[in-house]
Amino acid sequence: MIESAILIKQGAEARIYTAPFLTRTAIIKERFSKTYRHPTLDKKLTARRVTQEARCLFKCRKSGVDTPVLYFVNTENSTICMEFIQGMIIKDLLISDNEYIQNKEKQDELAEKIGIALAKVHAVDVIHGDLTTSNLMLRESNQSLVIIDFGLSYVSSLPEDKAVDLYVLEKAFLSTHPNSEEMKNYKASQGILSKLAEVRLRGRKRSMVG
Amino acid sequence: MIAIGLEGSANKLGIGIIEHNTETGVVKILANIRHTHVTPPGTGFLPRDTAVHHREYIIPVIKEALKTSNIKIKDVDVICYTKGPGMGAPLVSVAIVARTLALLWNKPIVGVNHCIGHIEMGREITGADNPVVLYVSGGNTQVIAYSEHRYRIFGETLDIAVGNCLDRFARILNLPNDPSPGYNIEQYAKKGKKFIELPYTVKGMDVSFSGILSNIETIANDQLSNNQCTPEDLCFSLQETVFAMLVEITERAMAHIGSKEVLIVGGVGCNLRLQEMMAQMVEQRDGKVFATDERFCIDNGIMIAHAGLLAYRTGFVTPLEKSTCTQRFRTDEVYVAWRD
Repeated sequence: MIESAILIKQGAEARIYTAPFLTRTAIIKERFSKTYRHPTLDKKLTARRVTQEARCLFKCRKSGVDTPVLYFVNTENSTICMEFIQGMIIKDLLISDNEYIQNKEKQDELAEKIGIALAKVHAVDVIHGDLTTSNLMLRESNQSLVIIDFGLSYVSSLPEDKAVDLYVLEKAFLSTHPNSEEMKNYKASQGILSKLAEVRLRGRKRSMVG
Repeated sequence: MIAIGLEGSANKLGIGIIEHNTETGVVKILANIRHTHVTPPGTGFLPRDTAVHHREYIIPVIKEALKTSNIKIKDVDVICYTKGPGMGAPLVSVAIVARTLALLWNKPIVGVNHCIGHIEMGREITGADNPVVLYVSGGNTQVIAYSEHRYRIFGETLDIAVGNCLDRFARILNLPNDPSPGYNIEQYAKKGKKFIELPYTVKGMDVSFSGILSNIETIANDQLSNNQCTPEDLCFSLQETVFAMLVEITERAMAHIGSKEVLIVGGVGCNLRLQEMMAQMVEQRDGKVFATDERFCIDNGIMIAHAGLLAYRTGFVTPLEKSTCTQRFRTDEVYVAWRD
């Protein structure tokens, strides 16, 4: 299958291909070995991440979060085959789409979608682990928010982990889209949000008052 | 224009003198003198003793720098010093000398962010244009990229710095602190054979090292005495694990912003194994890695002079009454006026 595939993106740790899958188009995510890593460490990390990714993807999809549909997993050659999403990546949308750059209402609407989707992910105790605007998409057909790339995700019920997950997203917003700092709207239990306030204070060398 | 830079945020006392030709843009290093406070094996450097060291050596080191550079005091345009981040007592002991010189010689003074000093020096020496910066040292671990007049932090350590993790492990093994604990770990690691599994803690773009340190400390206590592993194996495994984490978050930052260049700065940056791993990663991405040697990687005065002079040329001066120090001074707090 990988023979007929077309490479569309080389990510940090996987190559993304598109390929025909029965009657549909599929995405094949192939994790490649990292030559810089010690072989033992590399094998362990790759195997762990393939299974984790497949499990989390499936778990989210099952509970109603819009994620790519999982088609099949091959642990032998570290590939996951999943649905091809027709749509826009949020990062590109916020950088190049004037409608989103200028229209506050449009931004709020998007922020709300992100918030609701993340709340659903966290409700089933999945921690995404790499929430950036590159990993959020808008499906073209129904404008639904799709969360992609569960490559670093894991399962945890701790408010701590959920808060760190949100903090990662917040930092991604601040560093990539410096002028979009209000763009979040996550409705969740008070526990997670108060934890988030705690997590924000972490990181070193922050100026502290009092 | 000529600047003199005074650095003493940790155990290295450095004085550097730099010249910028404002017409041709050529930068010339006139002097780069360093004196390090080295403590006995098994111990680290304490703020108070380090400050005593700096106070003792700063005048001779400045004299040596002036002699090496062959300049006269009237040629100096500005005095730059490290405002932070760093250890309080050593910072203060150097800043007071900077203020005294400014008054004595009647020169303007510029307070410099230590991290910005590393980044700007690295860019100048290597010629990297707009790289993702991995800043790794005993006190800092950050992945940085420039955007809209600030060096923005993409990922960083959530607890201790990677250099601190290595230094403290060197202390557990009783490795000498001369020339630096990290250097000795690097030499031991070259002879390590067995890879021992340690926790691998990457959280998104961030990393954490304190758990790895406790874990390897336990392993050292349990397995070294009955020869299940050697100190060399432990150094090897520790380096392989923590460096893999650093390379991974650097790669993620590169993928995120679409950059093909990496610049490694900071004391840990002169570790050749880290440079090699980074080069392997970058090769897979068809990019380029930039690193400097110990003269510029390890804390020095020249980087403070350089970053200070860049700011001074845009009109930035620190008023005498504001020429204080701060232990907490984040990289992204500095407005970078000298870049587009």
